[in-house]
Amino acid sequence: MAKPIIGILGAGKLGSTLARLGVQAGYDIIIANRHPVSQLNWIMATMAPGATVMTAEEVVMNADVIILAIPLSHYRNLDPEAFAGKIALDATNYWFEVDGTTNTISDLKKSSSEVIQEHLKDSLVAKAFNHMGYHDLEIEVDRHPHEKRAMAYATNHDSIRPTVEEIITNFGFAPFDLGALRFGLYLEPGSPLFGEAITTEEFKEKIDHIYDSSFGKKIIEARGGEIK
Amino acid sequence: MAEKEKYTFGIETFGDIGFNEDGTQLDAGQALRQLIKEAKLADELGIDVIGLGEHHRSEYAVSSPEIVLAAIAEVTKNIKLSTAVTVLSSDDPVRVFERFSTLHALSNGREQVMLGRGSFTESFPLFGFNMEDYDNLFEEKIAMWQELLKGEAMNWNGKLTQKLTDTTVYPQLPKGETIDTVVGVGGSPDSIVRAVYYGYPVILAIIGGEPSRFKPYVELYKKASDQFKKPLQPLGMHSHGIILEDGEEAKRVGWEYIKASMDRIGADRGWAPMSRDRFEFEVDKGSYYVGTPEEVAQKIAKNMKDLDMNRFDLVYGTGGQLLHQRNETIRLYGEKVVPRVKELLGGE
Ligand SMILES: NC(=O)c1ccc[n+]([C@@H]2O[C@H](COP(=O)([O-])OP(=O)(O)OC[C@H]3O[C@@H](n4cnc5c(N)ncnc54)[C@H](OP(=O)(O)O)[C@@H]3O)[C@@H](O)[C@H]2O)c1
Repeated sequence: MAKPIIGILGAGKLGSTLARLGVQAGYDIIIANRHPVSQLNWIMATMAPGATVMTAEEVVMNADVIILAIPLSHYRNLDPEAFAGKIALDATNYWFEVDGTTNTISDLKKSSSEVIQEHLKDSLVAKAFNHMGYHDLEIEVDRHPHEKRAMAYATNHDSIRPTVEEIITNFGFAPFDLGALRFGLYLEPGSPLFGEAITTEEFKEKIDHIYDSSFGKKIIEARGGEIK
Repeated sequence: MAEKEKYTFGIETFGDIGFNEDGTQLDAGQALRQLIKEAKLADELGIDVIGLGEHHRSEYAVSSPEIVLAAIAEVTKNIKLSTAVTVLSSDDPVRVFERFSTLHALSNGREQVMLGRGSFTESFPLFGFNMEDYDNLFEEKIAMWQELLKGEAMNWNGKLTQKLTDTTVYPQLPKGETIDTVVGVGGSPDSIVRAVYYGYPVILAIIGGEPSRFKPYVELYKKASDQFKKPLQPLGMHSHGIILEDGEEAKRVGWEYIKASMDRIGADRGWAPMSRDRFEFEVDKGSYYVGTPEEVAQKIAKNMKDLDMNRFDLVYGTGGQLLHQRNETIRLYGEKVVPRVKELLGGE
């Protein structure tokens, strides 16, 4: 496929940063939040010149790949039919400051991206772009021009791996394939991998020791063993 | 000759509790009294503003900044008395008004309130607010704040705030006077747009990475004032710093204390500790103003110019630090850095 059109839902800290990176990487970026196009237009013209603002519906309709950069707790607003057949890169995290003090969406047995995949049942969901702070998407990348930072992803759909890897690469990162979507739990808040903007080697090292961490131990306790 | 550009230079602290020379930590009372001395020093040095954070955590002494500011008012002459920040979302705007109009009276109009989200969220459960309402709380309360500032009997019908009917809030401000209000902002484009919409100057928290990264935010600030047809307000930034005559010592202190503070905040959010390499980067090219007076002055001047800033606030005492290190930072900032930055920028 030619360069896919990338839609971004959410134009906040993460969404506007990814829009900027996407434009720089030469993608057609379309972006929306819940505001009218006229209100977001001039904001994006400054934050990510070159990105096109549309309504959220239009973004979903027109994009081949949709990055979710909205608060996780809003996932139920996403229309599964409109998403059918599309690739969805889920960058959302359960963040208590935004989504509420108790997580009623996901837990150590079911990662939040699995919840999203269940909801968007006819879409090809990958967890991606969730584990790096939005500022580090630029800071850590810019200051290590020769040592790419690992961006991990996880998906149940082998068919989309090449596309996901290509996007991650073009955005300036080294793709790191974690395998099936359930392994995406390793990338969630609380994990030692969360917040990391490190090299592939360093990332690998941390994954290898994930079950030594208190997060890893909690996974074992909750699931009665490691994620298989 | 064109009029010289006017700049504002401040210091800020979260209220980090400092350490004695023998390494023992001050108690909260000592830390608060220390703060008064530091503010007095800053005033004597001609520093324009002191901003105090509001925190409800063990490593900080200031949870009620206006009370501390009122005490500072009594021992200072010119310095502006600011918060950095007042967490409006988990406060009652009426109470905030009452406290600041009191401070306005006591300080003869030297008060300033910096509204914002702050770095932490512990005030939400503490005061019985739901964090998930954050955005709506802020939106509604900043609108209410603007009404309150009019100083007249007001009517208010809030969703998350109290209903007021023909209510005047006291002490009233003298006719024609107001509470100087600015908004502290992190990395959210929406927050900048909102501050401009309400017509308040913005202070950007630039606490990591190359400051030039904030250029889009500065552009957004300018564009927003065009968009909303509001006069362009001054723009400021705040960043952490340590200034000592011995630059290497400053770095050593930074690596010990700034790191400790960042790691502690990071641990709460599940982030990895700061690496040495990242620290060095922040000092060399990033957002830490750590070094000799000349090094720090050069860096401040460069970034203020780059980002078209009218105000710079140095966050001092991060992570606590020894009392003489805090003291020297303030002294050198006032004596050497600020005059040198003005010279480099050609303003006053
Ligand atoms: N900040 C980071 O460093 C970071 C890093 C990795 C992952 N994440 C995750 O990415 C997501 C976004 O985080 P953020 O920090 O960018 O938050 P943010 O700054 O609050 O931005 C959220 C954006 O989503 C929009 N939005 C909310 N509901 C929407 C909906 N139903 N449809 C379309 N747009 C909607 C918001 O705009 P309106 O409310 O105006 O519509 C806003 O533009 C979160 O799930 C977060 O956990 C964040």
